[in-house]
Amino acid sequence: MSAADALADRFERFEETPRWLLDVGLIAATMGGIYLLFTIFTFVGPSQGTFGAVVSNLQTITFWTALYAMMVLALNLHWGYTGLFNIGVAGFMAVGVYTFAALTVPATGSPPGLGLPLWVGIIGGMLAAALVGAVTALPALRLRADYLAIVTVALSEIIRLTLLSTKFESFTLFANLDVRVGGFEILPDIALGTGAGRGMNIPVNPSIPVKGIFYTNPSNPAAGQRTAIGEAVLGAFGAAGVRETVVVSLAYTLLLILVVALFYWLLVRVGNSPFGRVLKAIREDELVANSLGKDTRMFKMKVFMLGCALMGLGGILWETQRGFTDPTSTTFRPIQTFYIFVALIIGGAGSNTGSVLGGALFASLLFQGPVFVSRTISHLLNLGDTPGSFVAAVGPFVDLEVTPFLAYAAGNIEELRFVLLGVVLIYLMQNRPDGLLGHRKEVAASVDLIDRDGNRPRDAAATDGGEADE
Amino acid sequence: MSDADQTGQTAETTATETDTDRGPSELVVDDLVKTFGGVQAVDGASFEVEEGSLTGLIGPNGAGKSTTFNCITGVHDPDGGSVTFRGEDITGLRTATIANRGLVRTFQIARELEEMTVLENLMLSPRNQVGEKLSHAVLPGLRSGVRDQERELREEVWDTLELFEIDHLAGEYAGNLSGGQRKLLELARALMIEPDLLLLDEPFAGVNPTLEEKLLDRIHGLRESQNLTFLLVEHDMDLIMENCEHVIVMHQGSVLAEGRPEAIRNNDRVIDAYLGDEL
Repeated sequence: MSAADALADRFERFEETPRWLLDVGLIAATMGGIYLLFTIFTFVGPSQGTFGAVVSNLQTITFWTALYAMMVLALNLHWGYTGLFNIGVAGFMAVGVYTFAALTVPATGSPPGLGLPLWVGIIGGMLAAALVGAVTALPALRLRADYLAIVTVALSEIIRLTLLSTKFESFTLFANLDVRVGGFEILPDIALGTGAGRGMNIPVNPSIPVKGIFYTNPSNPAAGQRTAIGEAVLGAFGAAGVRETVVVSLAYTLLLILVVALFYWLLVRVGNSPFGRVLKAIREDELVANSLGKDTRMFKMKVFMLGCALMGLGGILWETQRGFTDPTSTTFRPIQTFYIFVALIIGGAGSNTGSVLGGALFASLLFQGPVFVSRTISHLLNLGDTPGSFVAAVGPFVDLEVTPFLAYAAGNIEELRFVLLGVVLIYLMQNRPDGLLGHRKEVAASVDLIDRDGNRPRDAAATDGGEADE
Repeated sequence: MSDADQTGQTAETTATETDTDRGPSELVVDDLVKTFGGVQAVDGASFEVEEGSLTGLIGPNGAGKSTTFNCITGVHDPDGGSVTFRGEDITGLRTATIANRGLVRTFQIARELEEMTVLENLMLSPRNQVGEKLSHAVLPGLRSGVRDQERELREEVWDTLELFEIDHLAGEYAGNLSGGQRKLLELARALMIEPDLLLLDEPFAGVNPTLEEKLLDRIHGLRESQNLTFLLVEHDMDLIMENCEHVIVMHQGSVLAEGRPEAIRNNDRVIDAYLGDEL
């Protein structure tokens, strides 16, 4: 049976392919499918498939995929690996973003900041998120898992409402403290602020160095010139009908993909180690981990701080690139945490590859998908005016008219997203509670545990090639 | 019938009086008290476990055996009394600290880490793994040390799996194991810490006779090869009488009697309180 042999041979080779390569392939294939789908959307939608429109749409999809993948990976460390039920992700993002802003916004800004360099802001934001994480975790980690959930969700709301409070719109630190050592004031007055509901301009942010590749004046491209690279790249894309802003966003998206890869690398190393093994043991049964001599409190504290630092960094990359933030931004709302959890559940808690896939599928199909579908339907069917109420939308059913209902659905697609999310969640809970890859054995060790003395047991059974036919 | 059982039919009349020929104590429990709400679960229990011995702890349900175990291993903070292990006071220390000193326990209902493989379960145990430090796990320069240590541990783990004859299950999730296999896994996992004293909470409950024989074989083997001390909670009276050289009987939170199995078997108070007409 040469065909069967060939198939067996192929399977054998498939088995020998390194796990990471398969995972990269899986992610690439998923993204390929998503790109194909959205390219089709672009062709049948209002922009009718110009090259510029395709690039722009795919850029948008990739951008959101990368953002969600980043956050889902960080949450996977907490929830998937260690079983720490953190439902305050948005709060830790906010801490990262606002600390970053306070550190980098110039002293002349409104509200003012410290005017420190970008990298100080990033490190500071991550440290602050980790510290707030530690303070949250300190009382809660000694208690049962549910208490951590309550504390984190409460904290994320406290943070958001504090940022919204006009009390902190602008204030001066150490204003009433005048401690002098040898005539030198050791605690100088520092003007800071959150801007409260007015929001905060963030002129120094991670998108600036990216823009610096293309423009001599990255803060205000219109005021300066293009760099040599900018001239070449923007010129080439421009000739193909891609707008400048899309090219710049694309470059920023590439930066995000790099960060996702970094997160992935870091978390795979954390997971595939004795440290990761203890995390899994904590998730499975903390008392057993304790009884085997592992001081689980220390492990939980470390992992909580690490995850929060990553969430802080994710928040900075997510929010500040707009050059502006305010506490009403959806980035900081509890729904954000919910979205990230949904993405993790889709991908499969406990799997890093699953986290990336979950982020991709959530961001494209559930987050951006409805918007594209709605746009396409409106374009194709020429639905006319959106009815003002649900009654006006379903009333015409009596006359067998469905157009008003479709128009209503297309016009209220944001709300329909929640219905869709609910349906997906219920389906997953019933049919695939482990998500896409949650069932997979990702053995927590830095070496192959089966591979004793370098001899795999199955090597004995494996044959090489069989008869040479054909 | 083991030969230990056949010798010395000259039993003490009062079993509470300590055998004069007992060696140094590995574990000393002194006047231990633990209360839950209004219930006095352990009420002044005192006993000693001789180094290298196989000591049995018996008593009716609710006698306070498991609570005593939990107080010894730091799962509960005792309300009074002290626990001394190898000459050091370990009363009220954290569970992990106590385990790292070499006092390790198993659970009444086997608690294996279900979504971890058998190999992972065993690899978890060894003390002082460098890879448990986050920096060593992550940083490129330090990770090679982690790998080296894990390769060494892997050999020990496979040896232990072979000793317990569960090496064919190495890659299986612990949650997929049968009840008996779980008991073997739990004992193997506890051994990987290289303990000095093992507290076994009903290791033979729900285990078939063949497997029970196998487990007992391993326990006796480990006593000889590594001079391990065992403290065993068990309901099967015959098993305790045949295998332990010292038996402690708990009743209503305190020690009712202790001594050699033959003495316990003939102790009137024990017969009244617990054994009834079982013997």
